[in-house]
Amino acid sequence: MVEKSFEVIREFNLTIFLIPFLPFAASIITLTLGRLYWRDKAHYLPVLAVFLSFILGFKTLFDVLGGKIYEFDIYTWILSSHLKVGLGFLVDPLSIMMVCMVCSLSFLIHVYSIGYMHGDPGYYRFFSYIALFTFSMLMLVLSNNLVQLFLGWEAVGLCSYFLIGFWYEKKSAADAAKKAFIVNRVGDFGFALGIYMVFYFLGTLYYHEMFPKLHLIAHKYIHIGGWEIHVPFLISFLLFCGAMGKSAQVPLHVWLPDAMEGPTPVSALIHAATMVTAGVFMVSRLHSLFEMSEAAMAMVAFVGAFTCFMAATIAPTQFDIKRVIAFSTLSQLGYMFMACGVGAFAVGMFHLFTHAYFKALLFLGAGSVIHALHHAPDPNDIRIMGGLRKYMPITFWTFLIASLSISGVPGFAGFFSKDEILSHAFFSEYPWGKIIWFIGWFVAALTAFYTFRIVFKAFCGEFRGREVLHGEVPHESPKVMTIPLIIIAFGAIFSGWLGIPESLGGGAHFMKFLESVVGEPKVVHEASHGLEYFLMLLSVLAGLTGIGLAWLVYVKKPELETAFSSRFRRIYTFLFRKWYFDELYYYTIVRPTLWIAEFVVKLILDTFVIENTVNGSAYSVDTVGSGLRKFHNGIVNYYNVFILLGVIIYFIVFYLR
Amino acid sequence: MVGLGHYIALSLILFIIGMFGFIFRRNLIVMLVCIEVMLNGLIIMFAAISHYTKDISGYIVVFFIIAMAAAEAAIGLSLVVLIYKKLRKKVYSDEITFFKG
Repeated sequence: MVEKSFEVIREFNLTIFLIPFLPFAASIITLTLGRLYWRDKAHYLPVLAVFLSFILGFKTLFDVLGGKIYEFDIYTWILSSHLKVGLGFLVDPLSIMMVCMVCSLSFLIHVYSIGYMHGDPGYYRFFSYIALFTFSMLMLVLSNNLVQLFLGWEAVGLCSYFLIGFWYEKKSAADAAKKAFIVNRVGDFGFALGIYMVFYFLGTLYYHEMFPKLHLIAHKYIHIGGWEIHVPFLISFLLFCGAMGKSAQVPLHVWLPDAMEGPTPVSALIHAATMVTAGVFMVSRLHSLFEMSEAAMAMVAFVGAFTCFMAATIAPTQFDIKRVIAFSTLSQLGYMFMACGVGAFAVGMFHLFTHAYFKALLFLGAGSVIHALHHAPDPNDIRIMGGLRKYMPITFWTFLIASLSISGVPGFAGFFSKDEILSHAFFSEYPWGKIIWFIGWFVAALTAFYTFRIVFKAFCGEFRGREVLHGEVPHESPKVMTIPLIIIAFGAIFSGWLGIPESLGGGAHFMKFLESVVGEPKVVHEASHGLEYFLMLLSVLAGLTGIGLAWLVYVKKPELETAFSSRFRRIYTFLFRKWYFDELYYYTIVRPTLWIAEFVVKLILDTFVIENTVNGSAYSVDTVGSGLRKFHNGIVNYYNVFILLGVIIYFIVFYLR
Repeated sequence: MVGLGHYIALSLILFIIGMFGFIFRRNLIVMLVCIEVMLNGLIIMFAAISHYTKDISGYIVVFFIIAMAAAEAAIGLSLVVLIYKKLRKKVYSDEITFFKG
């Protein structure tokens, strides 16, 4: 199973320590000094720190490739009887792969932000937060225990809150930030309970102590309200609640589309490439726990599949370019969970890896377009775009590469990872594998369709935004933005080449590297190459059909564009309103909560408790004061009498005691 | 033979006269005089007890009180003169109500 044995090194390693803590230091220093002293130079330190982290991460990658695993604690955080929680690092193939991905993208997006955020009054704040985010994400992936994972998990959520609400003077941004934070709390509640359950049943929170003990709970059941619940399922379910929140799976997905209120680099880094994939990372990290319960695997697979399908049906109806890409992110995250749900964790991580590059590229391309159109009242609206290919060639070509990659056109990164997911689903030994395959295959066509809808609407045809821009034409973004785009475009093509499957003559090196940590996929039988080629052909055909359909609808016959929406009014509205999830939550959760809050706060707390306390104290002081004032009449003789009385009372008390 | 009891009785009588005068008289100058009377009562008490117990500290307190009484009379009388000038020829304590709360 494990091809080469790893050497575990348990000593403190400064290199690994510096990977997360350099961005942290940069963030704190930028936050304290940036406003007064650096202003538009605030990006120097974070960019440098993240670049150094990237170099150190890359160096560590070679150590891990050379057969080393690092595992050490730097600080004991909580120590209470059996409970021991440390701040520590675990560097194995899984975490170092995440570190390299996070650092490389974070660095490029930092550079891109120099151009995108130029002249913003919160420039220093932006760089401080985004460096803090990099630190939190690195702490999350490098942790060697569940509590530190949770710490990083919450910290990335906090940074996400800061950055979604970055333009906090805009009400929609502030609301979206609150929504993201609150929806994540729901998931994190489950996650915290799951961690508690792990400690309760296994007595430890460290990965390396936890996994050997897992067989102890394999046949354990717990009674909850008359139900007998399989313990591994219960723990997996609770932990998966956290993953549903952070990775935006149904039913906790509602925050991600709204999170697009934040600056576009944030959407690229946090809400596409790194933070939202933390759930997939966590499930892969704890794969042996999830694999112990078939029900848990089915839950992961079907939640992923449903999200994948739902998001892909909503995306073609949206007009906000970032929202379309956000729904595409939901859908791709669904793919990753589908891969996890059929036991192919390494393939899920592979898709996470390639998706990070092409999705970040899509967002940054969209950001470049928005930057060019920022004089328009709503620069995100694809209806005012069109023909941008002429004005912004670099953005167009890089966006096209990302679109081809996500659509699964052979040779691009997305093709290899998506195809691996589909073939692993098809050949999985889990009974739901075929269904998952079918959903994944169908969504592949939808993905290609809605992605190329943006390409054709935004970049082809005639520019439609002349009126709103008052005759101005958009122009290409500055070099500081286009060069990161070009570099990430290489990632969007070549990141997939690390894991070319064996049937195509590759070595699947990426998956083999990870399988030492996340286990090998369970396949029924060695798949015949013929069938595998056939499946591959089917998925390529699905992608090409999607592209062709988009071309037909948005280029060849634009009159078809409204045909669907006018003929199937009901379905269209249903999709356009995002399956009414927001409305559902509004009427079942938000409204009742507000009613209760209004009742409790306004009628009970406010009127009876607070009002009476405040007014009562004022009234009593007033009454006592005006009573005492009568004695204070200014006539000395009265005071003398009081002194005499006081002396008399004193002597009476003193002697008669 | 005049004994300690007589001195104490005299001092208490003086003190009580002063006290009641201080409380019930309205004329500020009379009130000041009453304070002096009370102080004199105290001085007699201190001197008498000091004499009978052969303890010198009582005499020292007496000298302190005399010095203090002189100062007090000076300040008190000057205040009375000021009040007399400022408050339109009034030196009766029940008419002076500017300390009223």
